[in-house]
Amino acid sequence: MSTATLALNPATVRRSAGHTATIYLKEIKYEFLKNLRLRMYTASVLSFPVMFYVLFGLVLNGHESIAGTPVPVYLLATYGTFGVMGASLFGTAAGLSSDRGLGWLQVKRASPMPPFAYFVAKVVVSMAFSAIVVLALFVLGVSFGHVRLNDAEQITKALQLFATLVLGSLPFSTMGLALGYFTGPNSAPPTINLIYLPMSFCSGLWVPIQFLPAVVKHIALAMPPYHLSQLALGIVGAGSHESAATHWEVLFAFTMICLGIARIGFQRDQEKMYG
Amino acid sequence: MSATPLTLTKTPTLGTTQQSQSMASVNPAGVVASLEGVNKNYGPVKALRAVDFQVRSGEVVAMLGPNGAGKTTAVKLLLGLLQPNAGKARVFGGDPVNPETRMRTGAMLQVGRVPETLRVREHIDLFSSYYQKRLPLAEVLAAAGLEKLRDRKFGELSGGQKQRVLFALAICGDPDLLFLDEPTVGLDVEARRLLWDEIRKMVDRGKTVLLTTHYLQEADALADRVVVINQGEIIAQGTPSEIKAKTGGKRIRCITSLSLPRLRQIAGVSEVKEDREAVEIHAVEAEPVLRELLARDANLSGLEVTSAGLEEAFLALTQESTRSSNKNSAN
Repeated sequence: MSTATLALNPATVRRSAGHTATIYLKEIKYEFLKNLRLRMYTASVLSFPVMFYVLFGLVLNGHESIAGTPVPVYLLATYGTFGVMGASLFGTAAGLSSDRGLGWLQVKRASPMPPFAYFVAKVVVSMAFSAIVVLALFVLGVSFGHVRLNDAEQITKALQLFATLVLGSLPFSTMGLALGYFTGPNSAPPTINLIYLPMSFCSGLWVPIQFLPAVVKHIALAMPPYHLSQLALGIVGAGSHESAATHWEVLFAFTMICLGIARIGFQRDQEKMYG
Repeated sequence: MSATPLTLTKTPTLGTTQQSQSMASVNPAGVVASLEGVNKNYGPVKALRAVDFQVRSGEVVAMLGPNGAGKTTAVKLLLGLLQPNAGKARVFGGDPVNPETRMRTGAMLQVGRVPETLRVREHIDLFSSYYQKRLPLAEVLAAAGLEKLRDRKFGELSGGQKQRVLFALAICGDPDLLFLDEPTVGLDVEARRLLWDEIRKMVDRGKTVLLTTHYLQEADALADRVVVINQGEIIAQGTPSEIKAKTGGKRIRCITSLSLPRLRQIAGVSEVKEDREAVEIHAVEAEPVLRELLARDANLSGLEVTSAGLEEAFLALTQESTRSSNKNSAN
């Protein structure tokens, strides 16, 4: 029990960079395992985009095209966005609101855990599950749906599409953190659905935007998933007339706003008691 | 309920050497944690009022009080999870929020839900990684009695086993000071005794422990010192036997035709109350009162004499403080 040295020399208590990295990696590893084993999460987050894609992209309209782009390619971008959004929102908001509301976050905060490790793990793991969902859609599209990866150009575009969608997890995981701070353990999942599903529809993720009424097209401009899906569609040559820079700017601004809201929630929590 | 189990809480050989070591590491007085004139309000609710108390190195302090007394608030202040409205919370001479302080403390809090899909060893692995000096996994599992459950998912455990995992998380960083907030709440007798054994092992290793409880038996069985708290105020402090002595005495229960005022006149009677068909008499000593009772009422029946345990002392103390504070607010 060598407590004496520790007490007198606080410098020895400082963690090395290696130790800090180990903590972050373990936090990420266990957050990933936790979600992977949570059937509620994996089933809903993976199965919905995959089911929709198989049904509407492969079985029903597999040989048709929208504005010159084959349906399986077009829907890869939109259901990809849908999948990323679900994985990110549920991956952050649901866990955070229950950890917060039911006391687990307090146990972690009372320990010497670096406070950011918890949030970074949630965001990174949401991104990892987003990558899994998008990869699953790619595998299905390539195997059964005329998504071609024959030459260097097609492969580059596929990689670009994949990277854009996975990076697109960020605005939605920060949105999830904000939601997680302002919903309770029981109200989080229905609240997420209440936002997630209408937002997906209005952004043209289910029905391509050009087939939607004019009112919805206007609403879409205010929807972050619209901008992510247009970025993705732009890569496969099916984007709208707005520039890619505009889409990135909207997503960046949205991320910052969500971070700000999450921060307010974080500070409000510091002074609140549970139980 | 007797005070004898107290002597079991320390193995003298181990306890003394390690205690003196950790004493030296803190400060001359050996105070490792303290609340100094602390007020804590939640809006209009005063959760703690002018609370002063100290935990010294190597001792086990039980904070005893009914639900809503402010015990959990006190622990959260000492863990830096809450900030006082007035006064100071100090741990190891510093602010409890300091990461350096948190490296040396472990906490078991009341949790509604712990991630259920992680295994026992995974939870411990993650929490140990936060600390500078960590106990080997095998040692943590042994100390918390979890060897056979290491690969079990948290959601598959019983209530008592879950509490033992939370205990394991509190000790895995080999902390010098342990905060245990209602460690055995909701556990059956068997599970409670198991956890008591684990806590005693930690005490034997020279750890300082602050535990909160509303089980009087628990305070009696584990603590060197009891701090009784009610409605946010400390109403008594002392060893379990001192607390008992504060009200102490005997409880006499009998069926008698004597009226309450007449009973109160008997010398040595401190309190009389009606309890269904019988009366309950509190007295410092039973024998003189009994002689008097039997002399005055030949038909007296159903006589029982019991010694007032910590439970009675506690009830008396908390009722007294509630009554006096009600009186104050009425004025």
